[in-house]
Amino acid sequence: MIHFVLLISRQGKVRLTKWYSPYSQKERSKVIRELSGIVINRGPKLCNFVEWKGLKVVYRRYAGLYFCMCIDEDDNELEGLDIIHHYVEILDRYFGSVCELDLIFNFHKAYYILDEIVIAGELQESSKRTVIRLMSAHDSLVEMAKEQASSISNMIAQVTK
Amino acid sequence: MNPFSSGTRLRDMIRAIRACKTAAEERAVVRKECAAIRAAINENDQDYRHRNLAKLMFIHMLGYPTHFGQMECLKLIASAGFPEKRIGYLGLMLLLDERQEVLMLVTNSLKQDLNHSNQYIVGLALCALGNICSAEMARDLAPEVERLLQFRDPNIRKKAALCSIRIVKKVPDLAENFINPAATLLREKHHGVLITGIQLCTDLCKVSPEALEYFRKKCTEGLVRTLKDVVNSPYAPEYDIAGITDPFLHIRLLKILRILGQGDADASDTMNDILAQVATKTESNKNAGNAILYECVETIMSIEDNGGLRVLAINILGRFLSNRDNNIRYVALNMLMKAITVDAQAVQRHRATILECVKDSDASIRKRALELVYLLVNESNVRPLTKDLIEYLEVSDQEFKGDLTAKICSIVEKFSPEKIWYIDQMLKVLTEAGNFVKDEVWHALIVVISNASDLHGYTVRALYRAFQTSAEQETLVRVAVWCIGEYGDMLVNNVGVLDIEDPIKTVTESNAVDVVEIAIKRHASDLTTKAMALIALVKLSSRFPSCSERIKDIIMHYKGSLVLELQQRSLEFNSIIEKHQNIRSTLVERMPVLDEATFSGRRAGSLPATVSTSNGASLNLPNGVAKHSAAPLVDLLDLSDDAPAPGSSGSDFLHDLLGVDLAPASTQPGISQAPKSGTDVLLDLLSIGTTNPVQSNSSALDILSPGQDNQKPIAALDVLSSPLASAQANSSVGASSMIDLLDGFAPSPLKHEDNGQVYPSIVAFESSNLRITFNFSKPPGNAQTTLIQATFKNLSSNAFTDFVFQAAVPKFLQLHLDPASRNTLPASDNGSVTQSLRVTNSQHGKKALVMRIRIAYKLNNKDMLEEGQINNFPQDL
Repeated sequence: MIHFVLLISRQGKVRLTKWYSPYSQKERSKVIRELSGIVINRGPKLCNFVEWKGLKVVYRRYAGLYFCMCIDEDDNELEGLDIIHHYVEILDRYFGSVCELDLIFNFHKAYYILDEIVIAGELQESSKRTVIRLMSAHDSLVEMAKEQASSISNMIAQVTK
Repeated sequence: MNPFSSGTRLRDMIRAIRACKTAAEERAVVRKECAAIRAAINENDQDYRHRNLAKLMFIHMLGYPTHFGQMECLKLIASAGFPEKRIGYLGLMLLLDERQEVLMLVTNSLKQDLNHSNQYIVGLALCALGNICSAEMARDLAPEVERLLQFRDPNIRKKAALCSIRIVKKVPDLAENFINPAATLLREKHHGVLITGIQLCTDLCKVSPEALEYFRKKCTEGLVRTLKDVVNSPYAPEYDIAGITDPFLHIRLLKILRILGQGDADASDTMNDILAQVATKTESNKNAGNAILYECVETIMSIEDNGGLRVLAINILGRFLSNRDNNIRYVALNMLMKAITVDAQAVQRHRATILECVKDSDASIRKRALELVYLLVNESNVRPLTKDLIEYLEVSDQEFKGDLTAKICSIVEKFSPEKIWYIDQMLKVLTEAGNFVKDEVWHALIVVISNASDLHGYTVRALYRAFQTSAEQETLVRVAVWCIGEYGDMLVNNVGVLDIEDPIKTVTESNAVDVVEIAIKRHASDLTTKAMALIALVKLSSRFPSCSERIKDIIMHYKGSLVLELQQRSLEFNSIIEKHQNIRSTLVERMPVLDEATFSGRRAGSLPATVSTSNGASLNLPNGVAKHSAAPLVDLLDLSDDAPAPGSSGSDFLHDLLGVDLAPASTQPGISQAPKSGTDVLLDLLSIGTTNPVQSNSSALDILSPGQDNQKPIAALDVLSSPLASAQANSSVGASSMIDLLDGFAPSPLKHEDNGQVYPSIVAFESSNLRITFNFSKPPGNAQTTLIQATFKNLSSNAFTDFVFQAAVPKFLQLHLDPASRNTLPASDNGSVTQSLRVTNSQHGKKALVMRIRIAYKLNNKDMLEEGQINNFPQDL
């Protein structure tokens, strides 16, 4: 099971945190502090696994961003790497060659995508296309609602004028 | 629009925050935004609620408190539109966790959304439920989720499956409701549903044996067929990763097959073929393929034995191990740990490679490899492996040395073929990484050295040499100082030279003293080392007459030490050297051989036990009979049980202990290398009580218990000082000898005299079931009254209930009994009951105390009554 997913920039800034196990807010910030220290300082050639408090952290660096995923000790670490890559590929497709700024300004989108890939700490969907399709369905629902709202508010504005 | 609302868009706020150059600027921006959001919340502003929540989420990620936005999430979830709900649920998952009570308020909205006509809203609710639901919510909403497992859209079914996993983990009782719907999911074609369905079944198997049995019977074949289909499926671009169709599905199938096959020969048999196919056909040049192979190996190792498959699996691991990719090597080491229980021989074949991994630059790999090596060591390969590890110790990173040292020490201890090898290896470790060695390790080393009488000379010479090069290693210094103190004469006279030994340049007496002097004067030395050095010095003062003056000077240097312990010791040792020439040599005799069994027993107990041992000693030490309740281990001083001391079970052990002139000292190993020159000397010995921790029984404690940390030596030495000082006081000696000895410059023990004498405790009564110990004290300024602390100890294996202790005294005595601390007495050594008595002796000085006692209690609900008379009270009470 995945206990949490963290996205940390090279400078130690948090870009995304998703918790599937109960951690209090205090514990969360402690975990982030500890792990970012460990992960960022590891050399480039070293393996992508860190043993940490009886769990394992699988991480992978994409440009200036570290994608970290904490899994159980007996989970498949190599698969963990694949899940991270799966997520990154979907982000890439969704944003069209994703960069860190996309994830900063559209952080909520990054969360929505993650919610389509992982629920309850388990993988939900192995098809990238399905995830993209669901995301665009959601986005069009939002667009529709927005249009509706603006047309209604226009009408109200005209009436009350 | 709300006039307080800043009205900035989310994008603008992020920009403003990113433009901040300092943390203070950022805080200011965030503060302003938060104030605006709070104002909007108070206004119940609806138009910008979702924007405000999005901002809050960003602020939350930066690490600022955002609890005030929690209720906003609930409001958004309760609103009708999809966009509001979407952001509301996201906020709920981000800002809250399952332990917050606010979460309960959302149950109702969740229930409505799970039944919503818009399937995307159902999906949002399932996602939130799956990620943060608590046990109560799981119970409330389980029926909804169960129904959604059969929803028409597969995207809802897969979400419902994962949601069920969370529910089943929170409330395992609900598992049985999910078994049937989960089994249905296994027949799906949609990969998402299949993956989540398999995962649900896997988790059901973990919480419910019935589920395991059910799936094993009904689904094993189907799952094997599914795996076959996936393995042999043609190229499918939608699921393809590195040329493999849906490795995630592969892995989950292999995982559930492992659980089904474990402990079931039939099921294992069904899956043999497909496992062999996966193991042989999977491409291993990409991560995805390796992930599948890794999972497959684990399944092969876990299911019921099939020799051929296991060979295949071990070969895959061998290939992994020689892979250049660190990730692959890491998982190989990980898996070999599991394989070692299955086929140790096969793992041994990779020993050399594994040993190389211990020296890897990657900490994760090193750690795995070290643990694996530790498992690989046996009697036959311990020598080369230890040699390699110790060689590596010299060059390893500082942060790895701790782990490595601990493992080497434990290997050496566990498998050492002979003592000389053990000592050699330990010396090497101490020389290389003495600062990383734990206390119990060097304690054990000293015990071994003490027991290896033919190696004393060899060891002390080796330590002397090692000290010359590695004086910065604290534990090496300690062991060296101890050995030189004990066996310094062997160092100087080259006694017991072994054939294999390098000839050593002659060491003079003053060279040996140099070592101790360096150790005691080194700034880095801690109290334990300094105290040990001081003791070594007093020992050497008698062994090396030529250096006696110099040693005296060094010792006297510490009379002004700020550390009370050292100061006191220094004064006492000095008086031994100056005034007690006649007994000095006997006082500082070599320590008796330390008892290995006692020590290992002591080690078996945890550290707290050691602590309590020294505490306990402070109460019971003079007598040596009463064991401290909290100390499960035999105290080193507590020799009454095993020492062949005459009458040790009797009343006053102290008298036995002191009656050395009656029994040859040699027959009482460990008690005291006491002088044989008669009682006068003996009294003198006692009068300096505190000094003889140096040798004899107490030094065992001194050496072994204090090193635990810097605090304890003080405690231990204190422990030694007070009871022994008190021992002299009542052994019908009177205070004069002590005053004589310390004339005037050690006021602290004298205080005991002023406060009333301290008496040894006695065993007042002992039967097969019960032992009663009395501790005495006198209230100051009232010689007639004696306070007795009675300690009752249950020697049987059953607890006593309704325990009542009664006592009667003759007319010239007055007795006052306080209530006992409780009236049940737990079985053997698990605790004791105490009770205070106050006796006033009107004939004080003429008649001794005497008492009759009666003890009533229930043992196994049977009434028991024991009676006795106590005549062995110390004199002059």
